[in-house]
Amino acid sequence: MSQSILLAGVARDASHSVVPLDRYEAIGGYQAWRHALSHCTPDDVIQAVKDSGLRGRGGAGFPTGTKWGFLDRRTDKPRYLVCNADESEPGTFKDRYLMEKVPHRLLEGVMVSAYALGVHTAYIYIRGELMWLKHQLDKAIAEATHAGYLGDRILGSDYSLRVVVHPGGGAYICGEESALLESLEGKRGNPRQKPPFPAVSGLYGCPTVINNVESLASVPWIVLNGGAAYRQLGVGNSTGTKLISASGHINRPGVYEVVMGLSVQEFIESDDYCGGVRKGRSLKAVIPGGSSVPVLPAHLALRTAAGEPRLLTYESLADGGFVSGSMLGSGGFIVMDDTTCMVRNTWNFSRFYHHESCGQCSPCREGTGWLERVLHRLEHGHGTPDDIDLLVDITKKIEGNTICTFGDAASWPVASAVRHFRGEFEYHAYHPDRVASRHHPIVTERTVV
Amino acid sequence: MPEFSTTQLEAVQNLLTQYPEGRQKSAILPLLHMAQQTFGGYLSVDTMNYVATLLGMQPVEVYEVATFYTMFHLTPVGTYVLEVCRTGPCALAGAEDTLERIESVLGIKDGETTPDGMFTLKTVECLASCGSAPVIQVGERYVEQVTPDRVPALIDQLRAGGCP
Repeated sequence: MSQSILLAGVARDASHSVVPLDRYEAIGGYQAWRHALSHCTPDDVIQAVKDSGLRGRGGAGFPTGTKWGFLDRRTDKPRYLVCNADESEPGTFKDRYLMEKVPHRLLEGVMVSAYALGVHTAYIYIRGELMWLKHQLDKAIAEATHAGYLGDRILGSDYSLRVVVHPGGGAYICGEESALLESLEGKRGNPRQKPPFPAVSGLYGCPTVINNVESLASVPWIVLNGGAAYRQLGVGNSTGTKLISASGHINRPGVYEVVMGLSVQEFIESDDYCGGVRKGRSLKAVIPGGSSVPVLPAHLALRTAAGEPRLLTYESLADGGFVSGSMLGSGGFIVMDDTTCMVRNTWNFSRFYHHESCGQCSPCREGTGWLERVLHRLEHGHGTPDDIDLLVDITKKIEGNTICTFGDAASWPVASAVRHFRGEFEYHAYHPDRVASRHHPIVTERTVV
Repeated sequence: MPEFSTTQLEAVQNLLTQYPEGRQKSAILPLLHMAQQTFGGYLSVDTMNYVATLLGMQPVEVYEVATFYTMFHLTPVGTYVLEVCRTGPCALAGAEDTLERIESVLGIKDGETTPDGMFTLKTVECLASCGSAPVIQVGERYVEQVTPDRVPALIDQLRAGGCP
């Protein structure tokens, strides 16, 4: 089952080739934009997106059409659309790939969505490290403007739109939408208290919609083919296609567009996707949706606790809750083979969260530091058996006690690693002398009682 | 006091038009990037004060922002800043070995600069290059799949003034 919506026209082999404007047009590019402007009211577009069942591709999975429906239209203030291209979730590089390969598909998505929302200035907030992609997007905007797709009175209509690409400065937290707005306003990226939600008071206090790159890039196909056609792809409430960025111990890392509902097993083993675990080793664990979602041991990555095949859908990956499930998240699919030390891996991610905490809420600011230090000492042979329960205790004190979901995101990887790989943590705690070296043996079974 | 060229000042004016009237503070991140690139690869207090005057902000507001975002260097750096990603997927792909190799070839540790002022070594968190790990950012470029054996040639190439 294959369907290219987002990556249509992208050559898999050519590593750094971009689909230029003329080729994008030749494969149907900007048809949706022409169609929307000449045949659709803004409400038609919103209805099509609602009908499609498209859910936010940044990680939260909130229905895009519903989010658009919240936009406050009663005020005279300008409305803004902000594209979240601050892709920074470890394991996630799908938005980067999409912007690198088909920048015009994102731009067309921004245009159609901005039209639907009555927006005349849209910002694409791209992480600062991807400065060369900012230049590429600026170039694509210039091309699109020259071709008449952007600017004043577009394609003979009354509608005008300007798109601005804005670089970040290196801060994971700016992927959180209210932190992103603070950053775009020229401030530190500290998340805001909600309510008010951005749909009512967002950028410069004006009604604002913030959507992920992949979500916006899905909109042109939906407008051209109809929400029902999009909904036909996928399973249940996981409609359409999803970009999965696969990394770690696999033979074919990269970005793949899958129709929702593909099994995790086929995704890992098929030569169309990951091509199997590298060097013929065995699968140990999978983080299916970016580093913030719970890690799953191999058996729970491939099948749910009830024995059903695990599918790449929001529902299937969440099956079992946090006891035996995880989340589709951003689609940052990280595969680990049996050479991986789960304690070291968890410490690595906890260092990331400690580094990236904005410091606004004390449970997160202090708690992420505690997590990192306790995991560091366990991994480096200075831990004690009490440290394992201490870790769980710290995660409980962070989770749910912060302004934004960063605190949860920092807690879940640790809580799930301890839940599923407790034997490995115990080996570290009871045999500190054997784990002092980075190349220590991997022992997963309980070796002490 | 650092000062942009006339052409750069025109670019600054253009940049300011991208944001609504009275919201010029929005331009601070692009402006700090530009200033860092122009004035020696880092943001001195003088440089930050200059950005403050361009945006009509208090200097302390600029310091607050500059210190929050990790891409801004607040102390002098070498000609090339090697930013080595060490987060999860890069670590799984051997980033720690790559980092050790760089440290041994250059004779410096994370955060240090070589005595000739050529290289600064800095570890960073996820660069969204997990499928082509391990990755090192050098200026605006990503050098991908940098296994330890590729390190000496990369350093030689940079030392000779070549692009990776």
